[in-house]
Amino acid sequence: MNTNAETAKVQPMVRYRNICKSFGDLKVLTDINLEIAPSEKVAVIGPSGSGKTTLGRMLVTLEKPTSGTIEIDGEMLWHKTVKGELVPADEKHLRKVRGNAGMVFQQFNLFPHMTILRNVMEAPVHVLGIPKDKAKEQAISMLKKVGLEAKLDNYPRQLSGGQQQRVAIARALVMHPKVMVFDEVTSALDPEMVGEVLLVLKEIAEEGNMTMLVITHEMAFAQEVADRVIFMEGSIVEQGPPQALFGNPHNQRTQEFLSRFRNA
Amino acid sequence: MHPPFNILVQLLRGTVVTIELTVFAALLAFVISFIVGFSRMAKFWPLRAIAIIYTEFFRGTSLLVQLFWVYFVLPLFNVNISALAAGILILGMNFGAYGSEVVRSSVLAIPKGQTEAGVVLNMKPSQITWRIILPQAFMIMIPTFGNNLIELLKSTALVSLITLNDLMFQGKMIQNTTLRTTEVFGLVLVIYFCLAYPLTLGVRWLERKITVGRA
Ligand SMILES: Nc1ncnc2c1ncn2[C@@H]1O[C@H](COP(=O)(O)OP(=O)(O)OP(=O)(O)O)[C@@H](O)[C@H]1O
Ligand SMILES: [Mg+2]
Repeated sequence: MNTNAETAKVQPMVRYRNICKSFGDLKVLTDINLEIAPSEKVAVIGPSGSGKTTLGRMLVTLEKPTSGTIEIDGEMLWHKTVKGELVPADEKHLRKVRGNAGMVFQQFNLFPHMTILRNVMEAPVHVLGIPKDKAKEQAISMLKKVGLEAKLDNYPRQLSGGQQQRVAIARALVMHPKVMVFDEVTSALDPEMVGEVLLVLKEIAEEGNMTMLVITHEMAFAQEVADRVIFMEGSIVEQGPPQALFGNPHNQRTQEFLSRFRNA
Repeated sequence: MHPPFNILVQLLRGTVVTIELTVFAALLAFVISFIVGFSRMAKFWPLRAIAIIYTEFFRGTSLLVQLFWVYFVLPLFNVNISALAAGILILGMNFGAYGSEVVRSSVLAIPKGQTEAGVVLNMKPSQITWRIILPQAFMIMIPTFGNNLIELLKSTALVSLITLNDLMFQGKMIQNTTLRTTEVFGLVLVIYFCLAYPLTLGVRWLERKITVGRA
């Protein structure tokens, strides 16, 4: 995995620069500067309402920064350069850059009117223009990977929460994004189903290629999978390798948060 | 005196007109429902305003008065329109106004997460509407649309008042000439029921078929 010395040289896959975000009068994120190296796995932790989801949603254009810029693989997401000047991006530009990013939601958001297979085939066929038989092949192999090849013709509601979330992961993976946001993908699950989903995530992480921004409350998982852990609370409070951040946090807020977590 | 068989034949002639009227008015209403319903949700505010005015106008005025306007008043301004066309137009526009509310509320009932999932998969807005939102919203619309269709069928009886020879009109004509009031209007009642009941069953069947595997 990447060490900091290595990542300093290559162009980051994701770069948040001076990002602020407000909802009306509510200031949610203040001056976020964050670079994520290609194939780096970053875990984001922090208390409820600290802006973790907002941070992730901005990367897939579901939330627009109030100020600052975001780059994915060297390309501005919310802006484009016209004659050397930054101007707000249009829908076409957003679509082009957004194609590099994917996201898995807490609530799965599967398409309830489509079978599992069609859920996974839909975007490859209609967004990427992959021929149906080829897309089907890819979808089936991706569903195999998450252990659901037996459920191809079922509808989402016939599946358990853990199974649905694995389908959602497969649906995001077949688009082969360079960077993927996982927003508390186990929070909506019954406890006995958390394990199966984390296992799939771990496998994906171990394959290594994809850059991952994993928002999570699963500290053990973060420790095991992440190259770097970020503790945030409206801004980045502290970050570092998992052993350091979990083992020896410097900031008092981080210490409080982690201790509350251990006692919970 | 007509033998009862003749009465039935004449009533069936009116029934054909009633069916014709229902089918074409329903098609018109269906199209209007979607156009006006989506206009209500448009980003462009003048479009929203027009849609609201349209809906409120047709909901706030009497269908019968509207019919009279189109059939009896417009000719005074040299706009002539057949009774059948007037019936189709007014019924279609009225039920379109009600239908637009159904379309709008059904689309708004689809969770935001569905659109967001589409955005994140990089679908175009049109693909999100057609492939994700509408198929789900349509299922919510079907029962109400079905009930509106039955309402529409029953409302067609009003067009007899603008001289269109539908089932109701024929009934009144025969009653006038034969004075067999009970038989004639009894038959009219039964025929309306025979038209409406299969619709009720059809809507129920469709509802069941659509929810299979998804409930
Ligand atoms: N669309 C919105 N409109 C208004 N306020 C919002 C919106 N989205 C988020 N917020 C507010 O922004 C703050 C940060 O929300 P966010 O969802 O990013 O936090 P979070 O760290 O993901 O929290 P949690 O751990 O509970 O998921 C919260 O106070 C939330 O109420
Ligand atoms: Mg959140």
